[in-house]
Amino acid sequence: MFKFVVRRLFQLIPVLLGVSILVFAMMHLTPGNPAKILAGQGASAEAVANMEEEMGLNDPIIVQYGNFLYDAVTLNFGTSWKSGLEVSKEIGPKFVVTVELALYSTMLSLFIGLIAGIVSAVRKYTLLDVSIMIIALFGLSMPNFWLGIMLMQWFSIQLGWLPATGWGTPEQIILPVITLGTAGAAVVARMTRSSMLDVISQDYIRTARAKGLKEGIVIYRHALKNALIPVVTVVGLQFGLLLSGAVLTETVFAINGIGGLIVDRINARDFPVVQASVLVMAVVFVFVNLLVDLTYKFLNKRIDLD
Amino acid sequence: MASGHSSTEEMAPKKIKKERPAVRAFKDFYHRLKKNKAALVGGYLIIFLILVATIGPFLTTDGVNEVNYTQKLESPSTENWFGTDHQGRDIFTRIIHGTGYTLLVGFLSVLMGGIVGTLLGIVSGYYGGKIDTVIMRFMDILLAFPGILLALAIISILGGNFINVIIAVAIFSIPTFARIVRGSTLATRELEYVDAVKALGAKDSRIIFKHILPNVLSPLIVQSTLQIATAILTASGLSFLGLGAQPPSPEWGAMLNDGRNYMLDYGYIALFPGLAIVLAVLAFNIFGDGLRDALDPKSKK
Repeated sequence: MFKFVVRRLFQLIPVLLGVSILVFAMMHLTPGNPAKILAGQGASAEAVANMEEEMGLNDPIIVQYGNFLYDAVTLNFGTSWKSGLEVSKEIGPKFVVTVELALYSTMLSLFIGLIAGIVSAVRKYTLLDVSIMIIALFGLSMPNFWLGIMLMQWFSIQLGWLPATGWGTPEQIILPVITLGTAGAAVVARMTRSSMLDVISQDYIRTARAKGLKEGIVIYRHALKNALIPVVTVVGLQFGLLLSGAVLTETVFAINGIGGLIVDRINARDFPVVQASVLVMAVVFVFVNLLVDLTYKFLNKRIDLD
Repeated sequence: MASGHSSTEEMAPKKIKKERPAVRAFKDFYHRLKKNKAALVGGYLIIFLILVATIGPFLTTDGVNEVNYTQKLESPSTENWFGTDHQGRDIFTRIIHGTGYTLLVGFLSVLMGGIVGTLLGIVSGYYGGKIDTVIMRFMDILLAFPGILLALAIISILGGNFINVIIAVAIFSIPTFARIVRGSTLATRELEYVDAVKALGAKDSRIIFKHILPNVLSPLIVQSTLQIATAILTASGLSFLGLGAQPPSPEWGAMLNDGRNYMLDYGYIALFPGLAIVLAVLAFNIFGDGLRDALDPKSKK
């Protein structure tokens, strides 16, 4: 196991380097001279040239990338062009909010999705199963920002039960988490159902039944354990999708997270913040996937670790 | 879909044999698709959307950007079926005109992303070795930007407008296609008939396009359909954020963005464009699910 973990960590290096190169390239692929943007409109040619020198834009590209990489590893992303604050300080607290939102939503989607999927599989082809699957299909097909607006209209404006905006109190958390978690729940439900059906049709389940075991024990003790293995693999992907889906949810509910920040700063052409936010999200996602991978290998003993 | 599964079960004894000519295979596929009620509904919905997009704009009586401040924020009525927005524009008319944008984003971005992704996937799977490693590592890197994040990063470079959204969503779908096609190519490459064709001295390009491509076609078609649904969702999300199609464009996500300040008090402003998005995405999702049931030999058991 240890050897496997180490090897997977080494495999991450090229991906992480690639991610950093792409994010680094973002600024250089963008039309317009960043020094000009930073020096402000109407700055003299001399001021722009000074700024270019200061930003290191005259260095060879490889040196610039080296500096970027070093800064990124030491979490020094420079200062924001818009607010003048240190980027890492600006991103930090917001990132915590987004991770919270994504985490709660992942938990909700797992909880609802697993129950719905298991019920669907156990009661396959019944009205209940069909209804759950139709709801899941709708859940998959709804833009989360629209669901958010609808929930807000109903529960905040019409009924006045829950606050429409913000993040922090338990009441504020409910609507955004439902908004973001619904699509995930739909995915997990469909995945769980088909995985359960696959497992239930296998010989060892028939053996268990033939032994005269109660149906409940067959389903929950024998089938579920194996049916969950493929579901684990989508959890990491789900978390990533929810992390980025938070961009939309945060905009709807005016949540002060990293998603809202990215959109705001793309419009303001505040590249250090956009770059750092994108980079941090991608790196977190890569590591979450590693964790999922390890869990998967751990759960599925049949897979050879080497 | 449950109804889909029950119908595929009934057809269990039928199995496509590889030797069947293409026409026969297509007929067989069509036959199975026809039995899948859900897929048919999806197919009809897509045809309906295409008709709305092509003919619809000629049938509406109001102009798409016809501003009328004396009629602003009116609730749905017999005159304005879906009500009017904050500038007095008829929402129904705008939704009809927006259908084209939505389908265009879906089809074009998936076409572009699909072609590039398929080529990369086939080359990767067919040649294997170093080429495979390089291409797939690059795909891994693109996949490290989850969901809409990659599209956001691309938009932040290119700037937000309708064309750039198509490009961003196309790039965003490349890795998915590459992975799926690579997998099918790997499986096909090992088949005996490919060895036979190789032994006959066929060129790589001929083997790839004539013999491998047809075999990866069915997962490709299924993925394309489902990817159109994702593309529509992503593009409308970008427009909602103000980073895609810009107001006064009647793109549905842009309509939601445009009416954002009014939608909490006038619910229908958000309701109808959103329902239109749900309908379009649902159509492609249902159709894709049905196609998978009809095409996937595994689901025939």
